[in-house]
Amino acid sequence: MAVVKLDSGYNIGVDPVSCTFVERPPSSPAKQLEVIQNNNLPTLAIVSTGGTIASRIDYRTGSVTSQFDASDILTAIPELKDIANYRTIPLATILSENMTPAIWQDLARAVYDEIRNGVKGIIVTHGTDTMAYSAAATSFMIDTPVPIVFVGSQRSADRPSSDNAMNAVCAAAAATSDLGEVAVVMHATTNDDICAIHRGTRVRKMHSSRRDAFQSIGIESIGTVEYPSRTVTLKESTIRRGKYKLALHDNLEEHCGLLQFYPGMSPDLLNAYQGYKGLVLAGTGLGHVSTTLIPRLCKLIETGTMIVMTSQCLHGRVCDRVYDTGRDLLAAGIIEGGDMLPEAALVKLMWVLGNEQDLKKAGTLMQTDLKGECSSRSPHGL
Amino acid sequence: MDYNAIGLVAGIEIHQQIDTKEKLFCHCPTALRDTAEHSGAFFRYLRATESEMGEIDRAAQEEMKRDRKFLYYTYDTTCLVENDEEPPAPMNDEALSLCLTIAKMFFMIPVPQVHTMRKLVIDGSNTSGFQRTALVAVNGALPRGGQIETICLEEEAAQRVKDDTFSLDRLGIPLIEITTSPCMHTPEEVQQVAEYIGMVLRSTGKVKRGIGTIRQDVNISIAGGARVEIKGVQELDLIAEVVRREVQRQVNLLMIRDELKKRGASVDYNDHWDVTELFRNTKSSILKKAKKIYAIKLRGFATLVGREIQPDRRLGSEISDYAKVCGVGGIFHTDELPAYGITADEVSQIKKCANALEGDCVVVIVGANEKQAGCAVNQVIIRAKKALGKNPVPEETRKMLEGGSTAYMRPLPGAARMYPETDVIPVIIDDARWNATTGPELLTVRAERFTKENGLDPSMARQMAFSERLPLFERALQEGVKANLAARTLIATIKEIQRDGVAVENISDDTILAVLHAVETGRAAKEAVPDLLRSMASGSTVDDALTHLAPSVSREELESIIKKIITERAEFVAQKKKSALGPLMGVVMAEVRGSVDGKVVSEILKRELERALAKNP
Repeated sequence: MAVVKLDSGYNIGVDPVSCTFVERPPSSPAKQLEVIQNNNLPTLAIVSTGGTIASRIDYRTGSVTSQFDASDILTAIPELKDIANYRTIPLATILSENMTPAIWQDLARAVYDEIRNGVKGIIVTHGTDTMAYSAAATSFMIDTPVPIVFVGSQRSADRPSSDNAMNAVCAAAAATSDLGEVAVVMHATTNDDICAIHRGTRVRKMHSSRRDAFQSIGIESIGTVEYPSRTVTLKESTIRRGKYKLALHDNLEEHCGLLQFYPGMSPDLLNAYQGYKGLVLAGTGLGHVSTTLIPRLCKLIETGTMIVMTSQCLHGRVCDRVYDTGRDLLAAGIIEGGDMLPEAALVKLMWVLGNEQDLKKAGTLMQTDLKGECSSRSPHGL
Repeated sequence: MDYNAIGLVAGIEIHQQIDTKEKLFCHCPTALRDTAEHSGAFFRYLRATESEMGEIDRAAQEEMKRDRKFLYYTYDTTCLVENDEEPPAPMNDEALSLCLTIAKMFFMIPVPQVHTMRKLVIDGSNTSGFQRTALVAVNGALPRGGQIETICLEEEAAQRVKDDTFSLDRLGIPLIEITTSPCMHTPEEVQQVAEYIGMVLRSTGKVKRGIGTIRQDVNISIAGGARVEIKGVQELDLIAEVVRREVQRQVNLLMIRDELKKRGASVDYNDHWDVTELFRNTKSSILKKAKKIYAIKLRGFATLVGREIQPDRRLGSEISDYAKVCGVGGIFHTDELPAYGITADEVSQIKKCANALEGDCVVVIVGANEKQAGCAVNQVIIRAKKALGKNPVPEETRKMLEGGSTAYMRPLPGAARMYPETDVIPVIIDDARWNATTGPELLTVRAERFTKENGLDPSMARQMAFSERLPLFERALQEGVKANLAARTLIATIKEIQRDGVAVENISDDTILAVLHAVETGRAAKEAVPDLLRSMASGSTVDDALTHLAPSVSREELESIIKKIITERAEFVAQKKKSALGPLMGVVMAEVRGSVDGKVVSEILKRELERALAKNP
């Protein structure tokens, strides 16, 4: 069907056969963006990767797609101009399900360059679906002295009720604050009142559509930003600006996988990972898979695949010493992933195997807290 | 008034809630709730966004002049779709079918493919900031020659509880919007067309009933005036009055413009002064609290700002409405001062400060802060300039006030407020679906049938056809109840006992039918119907009520009761002869307490009386 826009603004679909070509309307000139910057404010870099925070209709498919670059975001959210001065780096315009480890690397390099050039903080606009993966990847690849804040929106920016503006304003506030680590800043509740600051290696999208979908798992959020006052409050344990010196370690081993176990899973599925350098399992409960899988896991380990066990419970820690299956898994050589989230463990495994050739040392690194992704204590109730 | 001469042109938009099982874009029921039952609340801010053509709608921009935070009530009958936290479900097919049925009843042409749009509305009544709406059919006809331009299927907005608090129970109920062409030329014609469309809608039997379930918007202009849309006229009877008053308003605004021209009136942005200091020691409580007060001089406007243009509305009210957009409470002007605690002395000080001459009017703005007051000054100047411009009637959306006058709401929205609803897939209306759509019998036709086939008198037939209890009436007919008994009970009796304070809403349809059947089978007298219904309204079962109020009396028992009464009153009978029938009837009816139909009693009583008189002439 051909879409016709009526004078009333309504669209209707009609058979293209019934349409006649009249004329092609003159193309309207591109909008001149007049973004006035205040040089007295700190400079932030906005690295845009696409996602709902900057999406609008695509007339090709009729659905929402990402087309805006960072300057469009500034035009759409004028309050940002009161917080900082911005450099904008359009890195990609993709929906986040199309993100790849290669783009994570590009992102880390772009962020590194901006920090080296002296910006006071980084905002990465990102689709929410895989934002947690990218935040974790950036956490491992960069030692940062300044805040690197990931932000997105759950409701598209083309609607008056979008959470994009408040999230972006809170992200800018966090990026100019005393924060000194990689974080995700998104709505803390369904109200437009508070954004939570989550650690990049501990955050997970826990709802498909609510504004407060992002939650810290295993720890509390590391801070809050109130709206509209933009007051930033950081927890005592949150890493402060300047604690780390800038460094980039951008190697990743892409041949790593993540597999969720389910009852009755065929051992044949594991064959697909033959030749992989690493595999994270999201096991049941304390970190189990069925006994029938163990011989095949042994074979994978023998042929050089590092296997890390995490729990599909998400909350809590893996412990393979309690039941027989667990002990068999340990005997086979799997590595307990502690209280790491499965996704964070996958990204960490890529990073560890990309930077450490010695498998024994790599195994130790997997169980060492590098960027707040795991801890030896399980605080009550989290 | 000669409406032809002044060039009245009017059209209407009818918004009717329809009675589907589920809402238009989610699977919640279409139940309206008591706000006290709300299970939770949340708040949001809304901001204007660009249309896909890259423009911001002027009506939306106006709403953005105030910082507004909206609070929403949720219920156990609302979901994440109403909260704007989940993509919408596909368009409700029951609603679309009903919309097509109505389109057919107006001889319209359906669009080949229905596209859902987002109509930007950022007054808080939609959590999303837009109302989903879809154009379903075009080009319909009215019986007397008018045209229906479009029929749209929309989602109902949230109900305003108070100020910026809204209730989500109503949000998403399907709404049919019917728009006529500007084809009407007198106030009465507008009302008749609205009545006709309402009748067609109710003929489907699937529209919601009651206050607020149907709303009319009226579009009006006169020669030299402008198109004005008056929103939310809920009472049909007021439509003609609303049109009359709007015509009056436009005529008066034209006259005021001519008078201003004659006087050489002018409005200049530089004619405003900060007078906050003047009121440091004022006795007026409003001015005392104010953080910022401005005076604006309107040259040559004296007496005209205070002139009435509609009952209870002045040019000053129009200016005040514009200022209120910025969040101020309103304006004061020297045509109405001294008043509101502002003294004559203060008025002359204001005038002095503004260098106002005899013929000038000074408007006073009271703001909570500089931003608000400054915004209001601009608005006053904009509106005053319009009053003396080429088009002194601004194109605007207005809301109805009690009685039929109106107040400014916002500029008329343009096409820029429409944006495609990308989360809903378009629906194809193919020939098969359209051909299979049939319209029901119109209520007017049905009323005629009740007269012709069922013997109801025309007035009763019409009342029955238009009544909410029509489905029950038709069920009663089907089950063999006589039309007159059913209609009288459903129209008259129920209304009578309701007037006496009986809670008729407690009486179920099945209960009413059981009573009607009891009368039809002779189990109860029709005279007992009010008492039976009363008793059931207060909780009795049908059987209990019948036993208590209409104990069964056999024909033999009735005959012996009558004989006994005649014997006991032999002297009275002897004295009154045949005219004893009337008084005795009352005695017998009281005795049998509504168990026997009056006609049967009268028959037997007459026979027994004649027998008694024959024995003792």
